[in-house]
Amino acid sequence: MIERRQFSTFFLNGLFFGVEVEKVQEVIRYQEMTRVPLGPVEVEGLINLRGQIVTALDLRRRLGLPERPANERPMNVVVRTDDGALSLLVDEIGDVLEVEESAFERPPETLTGAVRELILGAYKLKDRLLLTIDTEKVIKLAPARTHAASGAGTS
Amino acid sequence: MNENDEVLKEFLVESLELLDKVERDLVALEKGASKDKLAAIFRGIHTIKGTCGFLGFGRLEALTHTGENLLGRLRDGKIDLHPDIVTALLAMTDGARTITASIAATGAEGDGDYSAVIESLQRLLERPPAPVAEAAAPPEPPVAALPAQPVAPEPTPASSTAPAALVAPPPPPPAAASGDSDNDAGGPANGKIRVDVGLLEKLMNLVGELVLTRNQMLQFTATLEDPGFLTASQRLNLITTELQEGVMKARMQPIDNVWSKFPRIVRDLALACKKKVRVEMEGRDTELDRTIIEAIKDPLTHLIRNAVDHGIELPARRLETGKADEGCLFLRAFHEGGQVNIEITDDGAGLDLERVRHKAVERGVSTAEAVSRMTDRELTNLIFLPGFSTAEKVTNVSGRGVGMDVVKTNIEKIGGTVDMQTTAGQGTTVKIKIPLTLAIIPALVVSCGGDRYAIPQVSLLELVRLEGQAAAKGIETIHGAPVYRLRGNLLPLVYLARQLRLTGQPRPDEVDIVVLQAGDRSFGLVVDEVNDTEEIVVKPLGKQLKGISAFAGATIMGDGRVALILDVMGLAQHSNVVTTARGKARLEVAAAQLAAGSANRQTLLLFRGPDDGRMAIPLSMVSRLEEFPAVTLERTGTTSVVQYRGEILTLYHLSQVLQERRRAPRAGAPALPIGGTIQVVVYQSGARQVGLVVDRILDIIESDVALKKEGVRPGVLGSMVLQGRVTEMLDIEGIVRGASARGGEGSRGSEGSRGGEGSRSSDRNERRSGEDDSAEASHAEASHAEASRAEGHVEGPAEADHVAEGPPQTELAEGGEPRAPEAKSGKGKGKGADGKRDKRAHARTS
Repeated sequence: MIERRQFSTFFLNGLFFGVEVEKVQEVIRYQEMTRVPLGPVEVEGLINLRGQIVTALDLRRRLGLPERPANERPMNVVVRTDDGALSLLVDEIGDVLEVEESAFERPPETLTGAVRELILGAYKLKDRLLLTIDTEKVIKLAPARTHAASGAGTS
Repeated sequence: MNENDEVLKEFLVESLELLDKVERDLVALEKGASKDKLAAIFRGIHTIKGTCGFLGFGRLEALTHTGENLLGRLRDGKIDLHPDIVTALLAMTDGARTITASIAATGAEGDGDYSAVIESLQRLLERPPAPVAEAAAPPEPPVAALPAQPVAPEPTPASSTAPAALVAPPPPPPAAASGDSDNDAGGPANGKIRVDVGLLEKLMNLVGELVLTRNQMLQFTATLEDPGFLTASQRLNLITTELQEGVMKARMQPIDNVWSKFPRIVRDLALACKKKVRVEMEGRDTELDRTIIEAIKDPLTHLIRNAVDHGIELPARRLETGKADEGCLFLRAFHEGGQVNIEITDDGAGLDLERVRHKAVERGVSTAEAVSRMTDRELTNLIFLPGFSTAEKVTNVSGRGVGMDVVKTNIEKIGGTVDMQTTAGQGTTVKIKIPLTLAIIPALVVSCGGDRYAIPQVSLLELVRLEGQAAAKGIETIHGAPVYRLRGNLLPLVYLARQLRLTGQPRPDEVDIVVLQAGDRSFGLVVDEVNDTEEIVVKPLGKQLKGISAFAGATIMGDGRVALILDVMGLAQHSNVVTTARGKARLEVAAAQLAAGSANRQTLLLFRGPDDGRMAIPLSMVSRLEEFPAVTLERTGTTSVVQYRGEILTLYHLSQVLQERRRAPRAGAPALPIGGTIQVVVYQSGARQVGLVVDRILDIIESDVALKKEGVRPGVLGSMVLQGRVTEMLDIEGIVRGASARGGEGSRGSEGSRGGEGSRSSDRNERRSGEDDSAEASHAEASHAEASRAEGHVEGPAEADHVAEGPPQTELAEGGEPRAPEAKSGKGKGKGADGKRDKRAHARTS
């Protein structure tokens, strides 16, 4: 019996990522956001998800990827956390994929930096790699970096 | 398995409720409640015992079983009610509660040892009736005084069933038996059910969502003409509003949920203090939002303990003063103007204002002179300062001086206020005002940097809008800190955009100032635009954003967008309007000291500080004014010193100790001022004297002093308008402390210097170096010429009045040596100032 897992996939800066499908509450298109001055840089803003206030994290910034071009509007991947729902902002949404556990490999030693902490590993698909991210770690932010410090808050 | 969990959960909830009730009833019983209570207590304990036996919790069963036996004998009149018994039974409920908590947490009873409790119950059980019980009475106040509810020997109807009840599984409690207010158990019997808090929250959220959708729909309605749709949407509108109110109401809880714990607390405490206290309550059913109930629990408990421990006197003392030996603690709650008022009144000794005075001086929070001028009310409120306790001795209950300020902070945190009134010999009343709910609050919506922010209306004082000329000129700065004169008072301004580090151009043509109250301080928040007031639903921020003190939460606006709610207190702290408790206390004291009621006039020394800023210090702090030729300055290490009356006087340059903002720091020793002399304010700091080098002494004036704001930088207490100009009040103590902490060299020589003249006086002597004290008088005389010269080039003729100081100062200087500095200077000052006043008037008219 081959173990299979399902991932909700999305793209970030051309890379292919996935989050376990059980963790995803919903995927919604771009929402108007309210920025949070003095907040961490990764926090892009707050969205109103049917009366619930949800914090939106810019996953590009969180993973240390280049900034998203200003004219591109991100999508929200809303994940369930212990602290309620949280939105991860991604470039584009992919399909829900079913992958075989045997195709999994831990990230190579050469992968360093913030990304290594946050990536569980890669599934070797036919034509590309599916990187799976550790949502628990992703939503835990280091307190130090704030908008003002990085100058990114004025977008 | 699941079913078992369910049973266990029910058992735990039920047990806790029963224990709460038993505890209340026990305390009531001791206070003389009817025997029905005893039966109710017995039933409660019996139920717990029965169920835990069924569930296999041996420890709890053993504990409650012993208690039940004792209760049984009590009920049957075999033994008399006695404080010891109540204490033991209460200890039993405590033990049972601990076990219950352990079961709830771990599923097991834990390994606590309850044998002592069981033993004491057993002992009481075996004790023969009355006589021995009295003999064994501990040193409690006369037992007889307890509302003797002599347990009737004849068995009550209920007791006849007792033997059977002892062995039988829990019988259905004869609910109707006790006719008193037993309904607080909240069983399904009286039309109430238990609802999960999470479910309530969810309902609340859904209602919020519904309100939002309704709002959006109503916007559509405006564009459609279909009458059917219109009617439907109107009904939807009404129903939504009602639903919202209903859910809000469901979240409300009576204040009795907190209060019901108090009789027990008071009882234990009163026993421990050997006092007699009765608790009376009014308005127990006053309802509050559950979040508020949580928030006031600790502050109220603290106030209650305080009242019993400090407020109410010992019975003997009470009798002496003609009061009943039993003190009364009166709790009252009522709704008023959308707020809940809670009053805690005791009929005790009241606050001893003399002691407060004493303490204030002793703790160094104020001077003897200042406290003597304070009104009773001002004195009373001193006890809210951190570290202030008037308790004669520290008990384990209170008196550690960490109480009242915490009470105040906690109440203020939820938007409430505390006020204390006391009458010596008659008691104390603490009045608390808190908002009804924190969930939905009225708020002012403002814009800044393109975003909207909500400001809770409780903090809002007023709105000020400056336009045109006023906008350009209305805002002044003190060392870069902007202030606005609001009806003559200085209002510190905080720019929201700057605080939030938003980019945006302030509009030059108009300024919107939102005047806010943070604690006991007010400040003006400058925003881009003031929009509207709205009822907002407060929602918490995610944990990624919890650390930002500037925001209290977020809310969803009518158009569905999210807006952040500003935390006024946090913002005030962030911008230093309110600093730490310590700083605040210091300011309060300074303000009290200086202001002490608006009618109080103070004599102030005005001088020019760095940056041409006008500064002042109370003349009472000044020992002497001196002028030294620059050449006599010497250096030890990095410190400037000057030889002064055979001692070494350490000099602090104002320009160095204050953080200068505009000018580049002067390199090394400050440049020599005009005339090659420096002007020094000699200040007595403890046993030693230090000199504060100022740019120029300006004037000595008598004025009403009311500090308007917290200092914008270290070394400044606040600022005020003097002679039509903004003047900063220097924190001379702080400066000296700070400076000597940084580098204390040079202070050694001045150790023994007494500086006893105590005359403030403007006696500046030219060449003091090397001379000894014998030249006192002559140097004082020399100062006339000096002073006038000095004045001449500062403020112009109108201010050249220091000359007037001559006579009183000479007199003081001559006879001043042995006098105590403070006492002396106070007097001399007044005289000097008067003389000066006259002189000035003279100078002006001439």
